[in-house]
Amino acid sequence: MPKCSECSADVAVEDGAQENEIVQCAECGTELEVVRTAPVGLAPAPDVEEDWGE
Amino acid sequence: MSPPAQTGTARTGAAWTGTARTGTAQSGATAWPRASEPGAAGAGAAAPVGLIASRVRLDEKRIMAALDRRAVPYERLDGRTCRYELDAAPPPWPVVLNREIGQVRAAYAAHGVEAGGGTVVNSAAAIELCGDKWRTSVALRRAGLPIPRTALALTPEAALDTIERIGYPAVIKPLQGSWGRLVTAVRDRHAAAAVLEHVAALPSPQSHIVYVQEFIDTPGRDVRAIVIGGRLVGAVYRSAGEAAGGWRANVALGATTERCAVTPELAELAEEAARVVGADIAGVDLLEERGERLLVLEVNSGVEFSGFQEAMGDTVDVADQIAGYVAACREGVWM
Ligand SMILES: [Zn+2]
Repeated sequence: MPKCSECSADVAVEDGAQENEIVQCAECGTELEVVRTAPVGLAPAPDVEEDWGE
Repeated sequence: MSPPAQTGTARTGAAWTGTARTGTAQSGATAWPRASEPGAAGAGAAAPVGLIASRVRLDEKRIMAALDRRAVPYERLDGRTCRYELDAAPPPWPVVLNREIGQVRAAYAAHGVEAGGGTVVNSAAAIELCGDKWRTSVALRRAGLPIPRTALALTPEAALDTIERIGYPAVIKPLQGSWGRLVTAVRDRHAAAAVLEHVAALPSPQSHIVYVQEFIDTPGRDVRAIVIGGRLVGAVYRSAGEAAGGWRANVALGATTERCAVTPELAELAEEAARVVGADIAGVDLLEERGERLLVLEVNSGVEFSGFQEAMGDTVDVADQIAGYVAACREGVWM
């Protein structure tokens, strides 16, 4: 199981997760980005930027 | 499952290069699609649509699933890896759906596609118009649509008089801004002066331009209508959440949504507002003045719809409507 890059907890990632999908670590709440699939690799998600959103 | 989109190998000078992912969740190595006919943007019946998105949210997953269900081939590009070379070959996609989350990157992604002669939804012009509240207000008003009384001041110093002419309570908004950030209601001169002092201390010249609107007395909610390809898809009420200080109705700030019955007036206003700003896919925000007359508040070009979809239940499938519109553009039957 992929591990949280911040707290090393196991992170459950759904089957069929896509690259650049955002998941959250249940342990520490960090947002993580799926940077690769098969096997799933996680990295901290980019910080929200000022112009994000609708 | 759609057939995987046709891909070629990396070529220098391709109009749009970036990390591409084809078809379903299949992850290729760095693969660029090949334009079927050099010199023609998106030529070829089998050409996949482009989907630019750096952040795959529930909305993007739903759109990709809908494209799969409709057997529309697509190629997803991570906006963070896109680059454009002027005078390079045109984009190989007949149409590009722009789901980039950052407004600046979304606008320039659209500019890049258009510079190569490609078609992008929404267009760069629509993104930039919707991204500027003042220019949106001017366009809506010129088209004769009802909007709140709106004024512009070029400095925070000039803004105090502007606010007093509008009258209290008034709403001060940044010209550019998303998710309702930094939108402030002021109830008296003292509060207005405090907010303007804060505005004056902001670093960018852009943020010193003050956009002021009259405060509209609503039943504590606003209306979000989604228009795709010129047609209203549906509408929801958004009630301001506590996190939003009780009056800004924005889902990102904790607002709740509920299905709204569509009247002919609402449909006509929303469709007209989307048309005026040139947005093929538009989130139109409206206010019910004293629960009666509808006013157009703003039009969003980067529509987020998970809250809307939840409120609408299975009466409408926004992702499928978007996929259907993009598919129709790809076949050239809606453009
Ligand atoms: Zn963690």
